[in-house]
Formats: sequence, structure tokens, C-alpha cells
Amino acid sequence: MKVTVGLYGEPGASKVNKTGGWRSNRPIFKHERCTGCKSCVTVCPDAVVYAVDKKVFETDLDYCKGCGICAQECPVGDIIMVPEAQQHA
Amino acid sequence: MRKVVEGSAAVSEAVKLCRVQVISAYPITPQTHIVQNLSQMVANGELKAEYIRVESEHSAASAALGASAVGARAYTASSSQGILLMAEVLFNIAGLRLPVVMTCANRAVSSPINIWNDQQDSYSVRDAGWIQLHAEDNQEAVDLHLQAYRIAEHTRVELPVMVCMDGFVLTHSYEPVDLPDQATVDEFLPAWKATRILDPKNPKTFGMYSEEGYSETRYAIEKAMLNAKDVIEGVSAEFEHSFGRHSGGLLRGYRMDDAEIVLMATGSIIGLLKSVADDMRAKGKKVGVLKLVSFRPFPGEELAKALKGIKKVAVFEKAVSLGAPAILASELRSALYAAKNRPEISSFVVGLGGKDISEQTIHRAVEMASAGYVAQHYMELDEEFLRDLAAAR
Amino acid sequence: MEKIENMEKHALMAGHRACAGCGEALGARLAIDAIGENVIIANNTGCLEVFGTKWPESAWTVPWIHSLFENAAAVASGIEAGLKVMGKGEGIQVVAQGGDGSTADIGFGAMSGMLERGHDILYLCFDNEAYMNTGIQRSGLTPFDARTSTSPPGKESWGNDTMKKDLPAIVAAHGAYVSVASAGYPYDLQAKVKRAMKVKGPKYIQVHVPCPLGWGFASNLTLEMGRLAVQSGLYPLYDIENGQIVRVKAVPKRVPVEAYLKPQTRYAHLFKSPAGAEQLKRIQAIADANAAKFGLGPVEVAESA
Repeated sequence: MKVTVGLYGEPGASKVNKTGGWRSNRPIFKHERCTGCKSCVTVCPDAVVYAVDKKVFETDLDYCKGCGICAQECPVGDIIMVPEAQQHA
Repeated sequence: MRKVVEGSAAVSEAVKLCRVQVISAYPITPQTHIVQNLSQMVANGELKAEYIRVESEHSAASAALGASAVGARAYTASSSQGILLMAEVLFNIAGLRLPVVMTCANRAVSSPINIWNDQQDSYSVRDAGWIQLHAEDNQEAVDLHLQAYRIAEHTRVELPVMVCMDGFVLTHSYEPVDLPDQATVDEFLPAWKATRILDPKNPKTFGMYSEEGYSETRYAIEKAMLNAKDVIEGVSAEFEHSFGRHSGGLLRGYRMDDAEIVLMATGSIIGLLKSVADDMRAKGKKVGVLKLVSFRPFPGEELAKALKGIKKVAVFEKAVSLGAPAILASELRSALYAAKNRPEISSFVVGLGGKDISEQTIHRAVEMASAGYVAQHYMELDEEFLRDLAAAR
Repeated sequence: MEKIENMEKHALMAGHRACAGCGEALGARLAIDAIGENVIIANNTGCLEVFGTKWPESAWTVPWIHSLFENAAAVASGIEAGLKVMGKGEGIQVVAQGGDGSTADIGFGAMSGMLERGHDILYLCFDNEAYMNTGIQRSGLTPFDARTSTSPPGKESWGNDTMKKDLPAIVAAHGAYVSVASAGYPYDLQAKVKRAMKVKGPKYIQVHVPCPLGWGFASNLTLEMGRLAVQSGLYPLYDIENGQIVRVKAVPKRVPVEAYLKPQTRYAHLFKSPAGAEQLKRIQAIADANAAKFGLGPVEVAESA
């Protein structure tokens, strides 16, 4: 275990904490009307929306907390929120 | 160079010689002369340091913390209420293992408000994780500052150091003091090579919250305190080698060899105790004096060794722990608890709020301790005043 | 896990423990990203400090220090001085940051000292309008009539009975550069940070950061709430430069305050009675006064919120 005097921390070590388990809802990126505005990337409080291509965006489900901000803010309604439970139907 | 200077001036000269890089300054009697002198040195270009005129002692300690966290040698000074106000920062600096050095010009604490000397302030923060060293006189005050950064920055320690000197008694009195030259100090105290710093080129996160590892991290400070005992002795020995005089160390005995009773204390009262001891020796009473320099770490083992075979100890202290026996006496009793044939340890509280301590006071205390065990006694309290207070509503 | 390695690096990375939809996490990331990597941050205790630094899982990728609740401004002062004396400060922006509680209340003195001494430090105040980390207690920036856990409404009370402390004006009185931004307007926030960076000397940015849990709204409405606060006139966005209010964000068609207040459970008690409606009028008066002071614009003839 890496420990320093004074118990300092390494940058970005939070990546081991997979907050995806928090979700009740998950975003579905429909890739139908996307204009590539990158609002979804900008507004995610956890910085987990990322570009696959210029007009194709996804979220990292390991960390996505399902807050729904990306879906709310998408100017063309290309992201919808669905219950997490549905995914496991 | 030997000069007659005010204690504060001697200390500020010592701090300058340490090439401190950031000074955070807030006024409080009786340390203020120190930071004032330093401001003049900076203004004159004699000391290349950043001087931050902070808006409270809490910020004085916090700014020193910040400067230390980027690898700069940081210094501040305080007393009394200032020490208490910055108390949480003191714990924080020690926990973050930053080698800040601070002068505590020992002064009484409110209430009632009192600007004069006693040691309640530094004793009250003894749990914070700071090394606390007490100066007997102005020479030792100078020397302890020069040693303090060596001790604090030592890789086996990495703890902040508080150099305690009695307010007014030392800070405002003029004594002949030897102030070393910069070259000798530079050789004794090289620049600090900090290894854990805030740096965009190598980012780290300082001051995280932890459940895991909290106890262990606190214990690590305890280990560092134990290491500090060797380091304090080692640095004192090196100091003697470089500067030609003994100063500092954990403790120092005076005429203890065949002593029947040993007088023990921290700080400038040692001078008075030595003088009384000499008087009493001249009259045939075998009295010795034990100066405790390092109050934290408390050198229990070393004290036990020094007091081996001693029948009686009279502990004098300018502090109290209200609701419990006096602090230095309690810590000594505790350290010697397991010793075989431990001495009888009597406790005397003296000099609170600058109350004068005369030779007669010491004589009386020695008489009392010689006659039998004194659990605790506050010396020289005015009986009439006490009667009036008892009747007061 | 591989994905996050390939993702863009941000000042604040995923894996942090902020609530879903946290306005402060968003605001902080946007602000520090706008500064870049050459930054050293001193952070007061609070949500912002706690959610990203459970040892050893630090979410911060820039140098960052947390000391105590009230002293980030003083720690930052020491950092700036230390860098200066060692000749290492070139191009590094020192930041002191904290929530409204640590800035307006317990850390007020330290911030004031930092500002008046003229340090080249950016102070970021993330205003979610209460001590959220400890469970939504009232702070000096809690708005009038808001419910908090120490200003609950009841028979004798309508909630918090004081106005928001006008921190931007107080900071400006120190001669510092001031900017008021909102997580509801992310690009404006980043532009404001970039503009502030050009100022040499003390600068202060107050960022309104809606809090789903503390204010009582669904987690997807964080930016919407931020926008409504501005659009209602209750949280005007502007800069103060050389003591003058400039670059006010125009709100040509202000919405009635109800549009902003009704979706938040912290104001629910105002919507239950005629007496509550009287309180709403008082809050509308605050918005109207802001509109007059900042030149925001008239209230749009109301459709009900």
C-alpha cells in the first residue's frame, strides 16, 4: 500500500471507486439527432460523458450516477433516461 | 559576535540567520518585538523573505503552513491568546508533518487577562504534536532557534518545533549574547530540501480525510517524537562542535551528582534555581538542579536515568491544569511510575501571571519538600486576597 | 476502467462521492479546468473538500491542499508567498476555494485579510446557500425564507429571516476584482474564470451551485434551477471591476420568482397559505430591487410557474 508521511494522496486515485452502482436510472444515447454540441460532456458533474466520434457520445457506466442532467440539457432530446431495473429485465 | 541585546532582538537575529523564507506576523505582547525586528530586516533588504502581515494568529499559523507546503522555510511567533487561537492549526501542521518553527514568548492566558510571563500557553497545546523546547536564557533562545530547523526538517522527525522563551523575562531583558556569523550558520543549517510539496509538475493531494489509517498516522507522529529525542541530542552535539558551546539537548543537570534534593523546571526559572542551589550548597545542603529543555518529546527514560538514586525532587512550574495536579509534576511522576526506588516528587506552582518568584520562595518550597511530600502547593498566594475571593459573590 | 484512462483529464475526475447531479462538483470542475494544470488549490472543509478526498481515492488531478474549515485564504497566502520567495510562482495560479459557509461566515476574516493584502490569488466561493456537508444548515448566504435544518419554518417562523450577505459588494470594497457566475451557465462561468485569470492581484468569483439534495429538486434539474435563479432576478450575474458593476447578464424577460421557488422543497412552506403568498411577494420585491439595481429588465406578465 502506497502511504506517505502525512497521508497524502495520488492524483485521480478515485478511479477505483466505481460510482455506477449508485444509479437508479441510466442515460441512453440514441445517436439519432446529435449535432455534436458537446453540452452533455460539459454538464456532467462527474465528467463521464465522452466522445466516441464527432456526433456520437457515450457515458461511462462504471461511474455514471444517473443524475439525468445530460438528458435534461441535450438541446435536441437525443438522450433519454430509463430505469436501471429495465436494463436487467 | 558578542553583544548586549534585548532577547527579542537576539531571537530575530537568529531567525534571520536561519534564512527563513516566509514570515507571517501578527502582534501580541510580548513577542511583538521579534516580528517587528524581522520586518525592519526585510525592509532593509537584510533578509530576503516574504513578510505576510496576517489578520489573526489563526492565519499566521495557516500562512506558515501554506508556505511550508510548497517547500519554503516558514516562521511565525506568538504568545498566550494567540497560541490558543491558532491551536487547531498547530494540530493540523503537525498532522501534515510540516517543519514550521515558531517562537512562543510564554505568557499567561485569560481570564483574567494578563500580559506577564507564565507557561500556561505552550503547556496548553502540548498535545498538538509540536516539539517544544524551553530556553533557559537568551543565549539558549538564540541557539535553540538555530537548532530548531535542523530538528524539524530532519527526515526522521518532520515535525514542527516551538521554541519557548519566557515572555518579558527573556524577550525584554538585555543580556550578553553571542550571535554567530552567517557562514557558520549556513554550514550548520543548509537549505531545506523538501520532498513532499505542492507542485503542478507533480500533483499530490494533501489533507485528505481518512478513516483507514487515521490511528496509524497519529501513531507515526508518536514514533517521530521518539526519533526526535535522538535527533535533539544529536543536533545539540553538532551545535557544540560547530559553535563551541553546549545548548539545548533534552535535559541538563547542575550539581546533581550527590544531590539529596533536585529542583526541576522548564525555562528561565532555572537561573534562579541554580542561584539558590549554590546558596544552599554553600550552607551544606546538597541541592541539585535539573533543567528540562525538551518538554515535548517528554524524555521520560532520560529523566528516570538522570534522577536515579535521587531521593526527592521539587518540581516548579508556571502552569496549571485546572481540576488536576500540575502538569510538569504529573508528567514526571507518570514517567517514573514504573521505576524502582523512584524519588518523592513534590509539586509547586509558581509565577502565574508574572507573579514574582523570589529566592525566599524557592527556599520555602525546598523546606516544604524536604520536610515531606507535597502533592501540590501554589506558592506565594496572598492570603487576604484569597479570603476576599472566597467570600465574593 | 480502461475508458477513464482514455477520457479527457479534468481537474476533478470521476469516482468522487458528490451526490448525483451535484452543482458544486460541476462548477468546481468547470472553473479549475478553465485555469488549466498550472494551479495550486487550497480548499476549505465542506462538500467540495470531502467528496473528492476520501483517502486514498483523490479525485483531484491538480496539486491540492485541505487544512481546516476557515483558513484556505490564509493557507493560499502562504503558498503564494512561498512560491514568490523561491522564484517558482511564474505562471502558477494559486486558488483558495470553499463553500458559502466557509467563505461568508467562518472564513470571512481570513478571506478579507487575503484580499486586502493584495495577493495574486483567485478565491472561488461555491454558493449552494447553506452548510450542505453537515446537513443543510443556514449560512450567511442562505436566502430569505429558505428552509434549512437550523432555520426551519414553523408556527413562529417562515424559515431563514435574513437576506443573503452581499459578499460580492463586500469583496469589491477591498478593491478586488469580482465576478458572479452560475453552474447554470457553464460557458459563462468558464469565460469569467478566464477573464479573472488575466487580473494580477486578488480576484473573487462567486459561483451559484444548485444542490439537488439541499434545495429539494430532482437531480437532473441542476442547471435548470441555476438558470431560473438568474432568470427570476434573484441571482443576478455580473462583474465588478474597479468598483463598478459591469457586464451584467441581461434578463430581458424576467420570470416571476414562483417559477424558481416552487420546484424546490426548501420553499414549499410558502405555497400553502395566503400568508405564504405574502412572503412570496416579499421575495418578489427582492428580485425587483435587484432588477432595478442591476438593470435586469421587467417581470414577464406571469403565467403560473
